[in-house]
Amino acid sequence: MSSDVVGSQGPGGSEPGPVEPVEEFRARLRAWVPGNLPPEPEGAIKRTDERWAHERVLQRRLWDGGFAGIRVPKEYGGLGLTEAHRRAFDEETAGYDLPFSFNVPTLGILAATLLDAGTHEQKLRHIPAILKGEELWVQFLSEPSGGSDLAGCLTRADRDGDVFVLNGSKIWSSGAYSADYAMCLARTNWDVPKHRGLTMFIVEIHQPGVTVEQIRQTDGSTEFCQEFFDDVPIPVSDVVGEVDDGWSVANRLLVHERMAVGGGSPYTAGRNSKHEVGDDEAELVGLIRSRGLEHDRHARQLLAEVSVRSMVRNALVERVTTGLARGVMPGAAGSLIKLYGAETTVRRAEIGLELAGDGAVAWPADGDTAAARLGRHSLGRQGAALGGGSNEIQRNIISERLLGMPREAAADRDVPYRDVPRGGRR
Amino acid sequence: MELELTDEQAFFVETSRRFLETECGIAAVRDLESDPAGYDPKVWAQAAQLGWTSLLVPEADGGGSLSEHGLLDLVLVAEEMGRLVAPGPLGPVNVVAGALGRVGSPQQKADVLPGLLAGERVAAWCGARPVAGRPHGGGFVLSGTCSPVEAGAQADHLLVAVEHGGACSQVLVPAGAPGVTVTPMSGLDLVRRFAEVRFDDVAVAADAVVGPVGDAAAEVEHALRVACTLQCAETTGILDKVFTMTVEYLGDRYSFGRPLASYQALKHRVADDKVVLEACHAIATAAARAVAAARPDAGDVVSAAKAWIGPRATEMIQDCIQLHGGIGVTWEHDLHLYLRRATVNRATHGSPEDHAERVAASKLGATA
Repeated sequence: MSSDVVGSQGPGGSEPGPVEPVEEFRARLRAWVPGNLPPEPEGAIKRTDERWAHERVLQRRLWDGGFAGIRVPKEYGGLGLTEAHRRAFDEETAGYDLPFSFNVPTLGILAATLLDAGTHEQKLRHIPAILKGEELWVQFLSEPSGGSDLAGCLTRADRDGDVFVLNGSKIWSSGAYSADYAMCLARTNWDVPKHRGLTMFIVEIHQPGVTVEQIRQTDGSTEFCQEFFDDVPIPVSDVVGEVDDGWSVANRLLVHERMAVGGGSPYTAGRNSKHEVGDDEAELVGLIRSRGLEHDRHARQLLAEVSVRSMVRNALVERVTTGLARGVMPGAAGSLIKLYGAETTVRRAEIGLELAGDGAVAWPADGDTAAARLGRHSLGRQGAALGGGSNEIQRNIISERLLGMPREAAADRDVPYRDVPRGGRR
Repeated sequence: MELELTDEQAFFVETSRRFLETECGIAAVRDLESDPAGYDPKVWAQAAQLGWTSLLVPEADGGGSLSEHGLLDLVLVAEEMGRLVAPGPLGPVNVVAGALGRVGSPQQKADVLPGLLAGERVAAWCGARPVAGRPHGGGFVLSGTCSPVEAGAQADHLLVAVEHGGACSQVLVPAGAPGVTVTPMSGLDLVRRFAEVRFDDVAVAADAVVGPVGDAAAEVEHALRVACTLQCAETTGILDKVFTMTVEYLGDRYSFGRPLASYQALKHRVADDKVVLEACHAIATAAARAVAAARPDAGDVVSAAKAWIGPRATEMIQDCIQLHGGIGVTWEHDLHLYLRRATVNRATHGSPEDHAERVAASKLGATA
């Protein structure tokens, strides 16, 4: 885990050959963007089937324009450019519509992990396809029997000749119904302690034996899924990393996840200013004006808090990204961004609810108002503090791995996994 | 602290740290509690030799910086001072020297800068809130009160914002000018001294005006940003030190046969404090960079830093006191010295609420 440095190996910047100067890259973008990208949609983006399809088209357009995979090595279809190029992309595309859903989890988490841990053939097969908008990826990690204890995974993969046979269930995979591939962690050895008997697989989602069910969330969204596997054959060539060494691949994935969810991934490109409900300052300003609160001291303080929190987040992401790239912070520092981001989302949801007033609970039958969106959004706010590792797990990581405080006692350490006590749902 | 230091900056930090530890460690700070000035002028003059007073002044005027922007060097000093709650008028002297370097007349520079740069003279900045000025013979007649003014009673010169007929100017007033009354105040910090400065029909001549007459609003705003940036840097130094002390303490102290650091209830609080600490470093650095580069959003970023850091710093130190147990609320322990300085930085040059209001105003316009 001490080698968890995002950006120390994969992302380019030091590739051989001439590197396109940032200003030329920027000029090329400036000429290309207005004619090729639509304006950013008003309000928060809903992930409908049409939206998924639209984003695949946008990703393809980036590929055709020569702007896909800015920091992905050239060998795998990327541009092999630097962080400065990526920042220039963010700046020049601000206000335009982009394939935001490709950023997380496909590019920021799964492509990143594949670049770290995949074989040359796996990377050749999938990375260019992702950059062309042909493959959306998700992660199959959490299980119904436990979310935080990832290594306590019960989904099994049993070797049978040239394939592993997958059985079990995964949950909380965001957008799996419209994705193409997943990285799936499964138990391949029950006779060793839990971390040592896991393997990471590439799983094609739409195939016989895989059932995907959408889960309805408190805010009405149906983006999260549960998957069921019944004797799904997985070729040995789709093992990522080594058999029984899936935990180290999972750890790479988690490092990328914390960075990406917090907004600090080297592989994502373009920022959606209105990605999250309540994150849109202009919408809050509009709400404040429409309620005649623009001179209300309390409302002004709340709006300022949203704005301050977002400035602090940008600064924190930049600090941690720099710290990781320079090797002065360990990979666990991604948890700082994750925890800060979750707390900000929760706080912003509360502020949105407060500013929306009774418009958050009753709205015109034919209207989808900002206040209504904020009301619904507030119901599911804890999702941000749970998904991608709960706040409590992040606090364990920060105190133990970043600050070196003693680890929590664990009853399952150094015990063959088949002998570990498990709760009711097996 | 900024994570990307040049070699020169890293050396500068090292030198400054060693100097502070040798010349004004915590014991020295405690010894200065009843000293009227709150600092040793000889030590301050040595600090000036290290460059602490010249970083915001152009080379042509006798100053000079290590990096392209002296402010990015100066915040390193402020942070080191925070680590030891060190004495000395770093903020006021640099704000005034910086203002003179930017827009002072050749005469003002020649008269005042050498003393400030050598650490032999002190100047105080009377804050962004202007006193009333009545135009008089090319200069002004000032009336009003500024309070609290850091190092007001130690200063030889006062930089004052003046409001006259809807316009704003800055003037440099000798502290001994007729009609100026400087009254030392008592305060929370053991060594940081404040004073009330009263102007009773104080006549200042045209040659005392710093920069163009009636057009100083942007300069006063810049001075405020510099002052706030230094406060934020100092507070992050304080937090860094207090946090380190606390994590060490939790590892050393045992209860019920195990270190306090092994209790999850405490680990999780420390994790939250770590997030606050890194976020404070991050926004303080962002503020320094924005002001140094005169970015258009500099005012917002500085106010975000003030609004964010102020209340979280005092809350985090109080939490660290709680984690220390009873020893944390004794005079003997150093924690209260850090809490004092952080509280002073929170409340001066605008409260967190004042700065949040500045951010709101940039989104919603001014209040009615």
